[in-house]
Amino acid sequence: MIYFDLFLTFLKIGLFTFGGGYAMLPMIQEEVAAHSWLNQSELIDFIAVSESTPGPFAVNIATFVGTRTGGIFGGLCATFGVVLPSFVIILFVARFYQKFKSSKLVAGAMNGLKPAVVGLIGAALLSLSVTVFFPAGLNMAVFSTAQFYVSLGIFAVAVVLAFKKLHPILIILLSAVIGVIAGMIGTA
Amino acid sequence: MKRLPKTLSLFLTFLKIGLFTFGGGYAMIPLIQRETVDHKKWISDKDILDIVAIAESTPGPIAINAATFIGYRVGGFWGAMAATVGVVLPSFTIIAAISYVLAAFQNVVWIQYAFNGIRAGVLALIVKALWSMYKQSPKGIFSYLIMFGAFAVTAFLPVNVVFVILFCAAAGIVQALIIGRRDKR
Repeated sequence: MIYFDLFLTFLKIGLFTFGGGYAMLPMIQEEVAAHSWLNQSELIDFIAVSESTPGPFAVNIATFVGTRTGGIFGGLCATFGVVLPSFVIILFVARFYQKFKSSKLVAGAMNGLKPAVVGLIGAALLSLSVTVFFPAGLNMAVFSTAQFYVSLGIFAVAVVLAFKKLHPILIILLSAVIGVIAGMIGTA
Repeated sequence: MKRLPKTLSLFLTFLKIGLFTFGGGYAMIPLIQRETVDHKKWISDKDILDIVAIAESTPGPIAINAATFIGYRVGGFWGAMAATVGVVLPSFTIIAAISYVLAAFQNVVWIQYAFNGIRAGVLALIVKALWSMYKQSPKGIFSYLIMFGAFAVTAFLPVNVVFVILFCAAAGIVQALIIGRRDKR
C-alpha cells in the first residue's frame, strides 16, 4: 500500500532527523533510494527546486516524492508523516519546557547528535558528488569529458559565492545559465 | 469565542511566514521574530532564542517545531494546529503543483543543460550547509570521533542512518553522565 508506505517512511524521516534543512538529507537519500522513488540526480535537481521555492526542505521533498508516487493524496500522506513527529513532540515539550531546557540528558544527546549530523551530511555530500562528477560511475574516462570540467568550474565558483553569502537562488540561477551556455557550445 | 480570532490570526501569520521564506529552517527565524515578536507581540525576544534551542534539540524541521511551539504557547492545542498547518500549506500547494509541471519539462533539452549546471551549484550549497553545521557543532576529541565515525560508517558501510543517529545520541548521553560523575567527585 503506497499511501501507508509514504506516511511511514516520512514519519521515520521526521522522527530521526535533528537540526534543520540539510540535516535531513542523508536519511532522505537512503529512503528514496531504498524505495526507488527518486534517483540521485533527481534528488539533487529537487534540492535546487526546493531552494528556489518557499518552505522547509523536509516538507517540500515529502510533498514532491508523495505527489510523484501517489498523486495529491500520496503527497498529503508523506507531508502528514514528516510533520507529525515534530508536532507531537513539541506539544509535549512545550508543557515540560523548563525541565527539558535544563535536562542533562537532552544536552548530552545533543553533544552526540550535532557532530553526527556533520558526519552524515559529509557522507551525503560525498555520494552526491560522485553522481555529479562521475555520472557513468567511477572511471578515468570522465577526465576527458568537457562536462566534468564544466561541473568542476561551476562548483568552484559556486562554493566561493556561497561563502560570500550570495543568495542560494542566485547561485542556482547562475549555475543554470552556465549549464545552458556550456550545453549550447557543446552541441554547436 | 475569543479563541477563534487568535487561532485564525496564528494560521494567517504562519501562512505568511511559510509563503515568504525560501530555503526554510534558519532562514525562517528572522521572519518569525518580526511577525510574532515585533508585530503581534505574542512572545518575547528571549523566547525566540529558547524556541531555536528547542527546535534544534527535538527531531523534525525547525520551521515546523517553531510553528507548533509558538502556536501552542499562544493558543493551546488548536493554536499549535493552526500555526503548523499555516506554515506547511504554501510549500505543499506550490510543490504539489510543481511536481506535475516538472515532469513535463524534463525532456526539454535546454532544461537538461540547465540542470547539468545546477547540480554542481547545489553541491556548493551543501558544502556551505556542512560548514555551518560544523561551526555549530561542539569541538573536541569526542566530537571529532563521532563526526568521522558517523561519516565513515555511513559513507562506506551498508549501515542504516537511524542506527548511526541513535548510537551517537546514546554516546553523547553516556559521555555526559561520565563527565557529570567525574565532576561530582
